[in-house]
Amino acid sequence: MATAVQYILDSIAYGSLFALMAMGLALLFGVMGLMNFAYGELIMAGAYTMYFTRSYGWLGMIAMTIIVVTVLSLLMELIAFRPLRRASPVTLLITSFAVSYALQELAWTDVLGIAHRFGATIGTGPQKGVAPYPWLTNQFSISGVLISKLEIVTWIVTIALLVGMTVLLKRTMLGIQLRASTEDFRMAQLVGVRANWVISAAFGITGLLASAVALLYLFRTGAVAPDIGQGPLFVAFVGGVIGGLGSLPGAALGGFVLGVIINILNASLPFKLHSYNLLFAFVAVIAIVVFQPDGLITVRAGALVRLWRRIRKPIVEGASA
Amino acid sequence: MLKLSDVSVHYGRIAAVQHLSLEVNKGELVGLVGHNGAGKSTTLWTVTGVLRPSSGKIEFDGRSIVGVSPDAILRFGIALVPENRRIFARLTVGENLRIGTSGRKDRRQAETDLKKMCERFEALGQFFDRRGSTLSGGEQQQLAIARALLARPKLLLLDEPTLGLAPLMVDRVFDILAELKQEGVTILLVEQNAARTIEVADRTYVMRSGGRIAFHGTQKELANVGDFETAYIGMAAGD
Repeated sequence: MATAVQYILDSIAYGSLFALMAMGLALLFGVMGLMNFAYGELIMAGAYTMYFTRSYGWLGMIAMTIIVVTVLSLLMELIAFRPLRRASPVTLLITSFAVSYALQELAWTDVLGIAHRFGATIGTGPQKGVAPYPWLTNQFSISGVLISKLEIVTWIVTIALLVGMTVLLKRTMLGIQLRASTEDFRMAQLVGVRANWVISAAFGITGLLASAVALLYLFRTGAVAPDIGQGPLFVAFVGGVIGGLGSLPGAALGGFVLGVIINILNASLPFKLHSYNLLFAFVAVIAIVVFQPDGLITVRAGALVRLWRRIRKPIVEGASA
Repeated sequence: MLKLSDVSVHYGRIAAVQHLSLEVNKGELVGLVGHNGAGKSTTLWTVTGVLRPSSGKIEFDGRSIVGVSPDAILRFGIALVPENRRIFARLTVGENLRIGTSGRKDRRQAETDLKKMCERFEALGQFFDRRGSTLSGGEQQQLAIARALLARPKLLLLDEPTLGLAPLMVDRVFDILAELKQEGVTILLVEQNAARTIEVADRTYVMRSGGRIAFHGTQKELANVGDFETAYIGMAAGD
């Protein structure tokens, strides 16, 4: 029983990471029709920043990671995507692949020599790692259930970011402009929303989300390599598609659900099948897509609406009779 | 205030508007009528910066606005109430109004204007927190007009504001236009309902297919054009 609870709690923390990522993907997809495959490289950049700044103390490391990832996200927009403002979604998609590979190769080859300056070699040496913080990752027991501080931190950060995003989107002018742009970009411009401003803001926000994911993910796994962004990106992308990239809460929920499934498979599959856990997860996804082509969440929502109508109907009829 | 000189607009090789010259002076309500597909909407999309003219000049307050982005043109003082209203369906009525103030810097005054707008259009105040999609066609049209007015435009462009509305609502929209004209708002009105438009407008341009101006003048002047009666008003008065 305690073990089961433990799995669930850990899965919630793991799923949360993908909820944040999927939300970042959905925001860009909504505002500018961009499916940003270079999003994983933001995580990678965050991981390397953590590695290079590991001697700055944990606060310095966190601050640097947030800054570097957010700035990189903004630069990505400025250099790669701004010139393509009127391009088709397919062009944007291919561009995002190009940016993704360019950044990965940059990390492999260490063209800028950053790694050497920090006394490290990338690509040629063994995989780098961010040393674990024992006080963060060590587990402690609450009535037989083992949890780590990291799990708790992950929940808190995720909830804080989700609440923050909701407040931003619902309560601020920028939020209203972002939502309007998601719905009808051209019309938003015609009522005075500055295209460059909302798109930069969207990239800034996704950068911020990516930096949070990078930090939480790296504290968890510790491994730093040029292609570490690929796995999480793929999961978040598929999760987002399941939930529906057209809606931020939907995408977040999709990412979360898929993250939870993968984590449960991780824990429950026999050791020999461990490396195939994504295979099982994606078979489940294919099954969902085949049998529920509209996605899990929309089906649920539709069922809830029907149920609601069924409950309300007699009341209305009774009132009129 | 707004001056189009010899403007042509092409979709690829197809000319949607050809050699169009048109002028709107301060305080005027100018009508632009014509058949479906004549190029009326294209003209408005070009003025608002969404489309680029292939030739010709567009001047607003004496400066060229060709090649300027739509959001900058709004800041110059041209607001559009587009065809089919295009309100933001997933935003609440209040948010739809608030986003209309995006181009303004006087935030306090904008909030006051927003409240006034809700008093002016009662339905908007009443459904302030409801989603835009839940409004009726007529209410949506009021919302679209209010949203554009909240930008405090010098010039208001309306693209077929009565399209698809019930007769009572059509009357309401023309009343609103008459009120706005009274208040001194400069308006360029694109309509298929030629008879009503010519009635309220100071001057009306009549557009033929292919985006050429066939006639232009005041209500009286247009009444004297024999061909006009049968070709345009006859058709529009029939419905």
